[in-house]
Amino acid sequence: MKNRFTLTPSLRGRSPKQSPTRRGDCFVVATLLLAMTLLASCAPVDLNAPIPAFDTGVDSTSWAQVPEGEFFYGQFNKVEFTPTFEIMVTDVTAQQYADFLNAAVADGTLKVDGDSVLGYYPGDEFRGVKHELEIKAGDWQYIPLADPSQRVRNDGTRFTVQEGYENHPMTMVTWFGAWGYCQYYDASLPSEIQWEKAARGTDGRPFPWGWEIQRENANFYSSRDPFEDMSSFGSRTSPVGFYNGKTYDGYVTLDSKSPYGLYDMAGNVWQWVGDVMEGFSDRFMHGGSKDTYDMDLRVWVRNSAPPMYFSPGVGFRCVR
Amino acid sequence: MQFIKTRFNYLFGSTKGLILVAIAMIGIVSAVWGMLSGPMAEMGVREVVIKLLGMDIVQAEREGRIIILYHSIAMAVVAIETYMVTSLLKMKEFYKTAVRVLITVGYILTMVFGMGFAYFGHNWAFHGLYITGLSLIFFAGVLLCVALWPWNLEYHITDTNYSHTKKGVDLERVAFFVTAVTTVISALFGAAPGSYYGHGFETFLAENVIRYPHKSVMEYSVIGHLHIMLALIAIMLTLIIGRWLNFRGAWHKVAMPLMILGCIVLNLGVWGVVTPLEPVAHMIIYVGATPSMMAALFLLIWSWGKFAKEGTAHLAKPTFLQKLGAMVSDPLKFGPTWQMLFMNFTTSGIGIFMAIRLDEIFRMWPAREERIELTGHWHALSAIIATIILMYYGDMLGLKGKVRQIYGWSIIFLSDLALGAVTVFEMKRLFIEEAVQQPLVNGLMYAIDFGLGMLLVLLAVVMIWRLTDLFKPKGRWTEEATHELSEEVAK
Repeated sequence: MKNRFTLTPSLRGRSPKQSPTRRGDCFVVATLLLAMTLLASCAPVDLNAPIPAFDTGVDSTSWAQVPEGEFFYGQFNKVEFTPTFEIMVTDVTAQQYADFLNAAVADGTLKVDGDSVLGYYPGDEFRGVKHELEIKAGDWQYIPLADPSQRVRNDGTRFTVQEGYENHPMTMVTWFGAWGYCQYYDASLPSEIQWEKAARGTDGRPFPWGWEIQRENANFYSSRDPFEDMSSFGSRTSPVGFYNGKTYDGYVTLDSKSPYGLYDMAGNVWQWVGDVMEGFSDRFMHGGSKDTYDMDLRVWVRNSAPPMYFSPGVGFRCVR
Repeated sequence: MQFIKTRFNYLFGSTKGLILVAIAMIGIVSAVWGMLSGPMAEMGVREVVIKLLGMDIVQAEREGRIIILYHSIAMAVVAIETYMVTSLLKMKEFYKTAVRVLITVGYILTMVFGMGFAYFGHNWAFHGLYITGLSLIFFAGVLLCVALWPWNLEYHITDTNYSHTKKGVDLERVAFFVTAVTTVISALFGAAPGSYYGHGFETFLAENVIRYPHKSVMEYSVIGHLHIMLALIAIMLTLIIGRWLNFRGAWHKVAMPLMILGCIVLNLGVWGVVTPLEPVAHMIIYVGATPSMMAALFLLIWSWGKFAKEGTAHLAKPTFLQKLGAMVSDPLKFGPTWQMLFMNFTTSGIGIFMAIRLDEIFRMWPAREERIELTGHWHALSAIIATIILMYYGDMLGLKGKVRQIYGWSIIFLSDLALGAVTVFEMKRLFIEEAVQQPLVNGLMYAIDFGLGMLLVLLAVVMIWRLTDLFKPKGRWTEEATHELSEEVAK
């Protein structure tokens, strides 16, 4: 103690009563803790870390019929009506999107321009409302190709999917890219009303499977599923239809389909919907994602972003 | 019986007792309800707390529950400020007693029955009592305005050290009065939409509708209400801290007119959002916020100069470092204005930056990212207000020596660590991609959880100390029972 006191020039002349060494120790410990935290914060993330591969047994090409009729819409159960429509049982998968790109580029519907796949969108009526972006007719980015989070790759001739992600939802896709996919197959993005009816049925439930949420119901932030590592890359997508009551390598899931048999209508990825609001260029998303807390998985919760936005946590499905 | 009576009289009849009760109530609510979200929810603690306390959590009512929770805590904070104002400023005894009785009954009814209604099943009698509590607080506010009336000759001053008009009207008192009056009026901007949306428990959080281009008058009213109420709580606290430190001299003379002007213009701007003036309301708000913030800056300049000067008075030619050392020697007096400065980093700076770059940056992000910034910056302001109150409370307790240093610096260090991390968290998308953010998020969460968690532990230690003190026949509480804050204003 004495040595350390005399070795600290700035503290010379102070009374030992002030216990400078103890204060110094505290400072050193605090600095070390802070430095360790900062170092941990800067740890590199391997976006291509191996991902468990599971066959969920859910057919991503199947459609479910939602019958016409009234249902409770929104947080406060407003009564709305929809005619009969069909909706995809799962989100569009990365493999399905790659197949679409191969077909649409080959027939000239889409083109590859540098690090982007571009496609035509007829534009929105621009009203000049405050904060409104002008979405003109023309070619818009469907997906970025160079982004390290993109799981669909292009080798110059064909689009392929990174191994392990074939049956995961297609992400890193703009609203234009989602809209274009559905259009290509004579379908469309669901409206908010269609999406919500398909997700919750007619009894007003907040989640597709019922009234409460457990970790084994869906892929959400820190839900401790086999695909996440919160010390490194965080949450990752799960294969479509993963939460179907099956057990995967000891991980037990709850059967979490909606009343019409749809999977992943809560969690995994936000889903673009088709509505275009007057004077508002943002597009809406529903369902919450692997990156959000459970509160955002309630069916009526809205997120929105400009149509050119893409993210590892945003996907879509179509209706017809 | 005498044992209970004397303690009851201290807790509900004295300034420091009333403040202690309100801080304890806020501490309990923060500790219990803090376990329902964030990392506690991730760790599974939320489910245990819900089960243990028998809470009835309906998914569709989350927004309504949160609004009642905010109000329960905010009303206790407003009560604390009211106790401080009624103890620091001269006023008729009748008004002082009436205001305190009303606001005490009001915030306790609000908190107990509001939380009971929101989290433990919908007993509508509880909801009625919650509204009764809010109404009593409103009425206490009206009475406080009457009590503060600055044009009463009794309150005129002649001391040239303090800002006053030629006729002797005390401009500091005018600033208190204006803040109180505008607070009462601004409360109505919450009461009207509260009644409208609250009926049937159907409501929304402002951050969830902020992007929609077409908002109703009621929606604008809610957004205006929450912004202005927090700003007014901060303005009132700035005035309180100024009075405690005995703000005076040239800086005081400039600061008080600015505070009055700023407060009025700021309120006119916020009230304007529900009128056809809405398109220019933000500009009026900026115009009003600037003089208010300048007044706070003048308090900071004056107080730091004073601490440096007084702390080095014994030295013939103090160096810069000696002055700096003197300035920060008392964390409880230096801390409140430091926190006001720090607030510019966590709240005002973020708000202004967002406003300037809204279309280019923030509206290109998803709405959920914008929600993080919005909720983050007003939570940070609320926390800063709480830390300033805790520092003043530390001085009221008469903390001395090492305990004073540890208490004061712990509040400053822990809160600034946590709120600094919150600010980086809010702004992370400016410099890191979503896919690779997790390690950074983890680091920031450690800092936030450590800072806020230890702050609550510190508060718990103080509360336990105060609780044990109440069992002593000659405890510290006996000395505090008759003290008024005006007697402890700095010389």
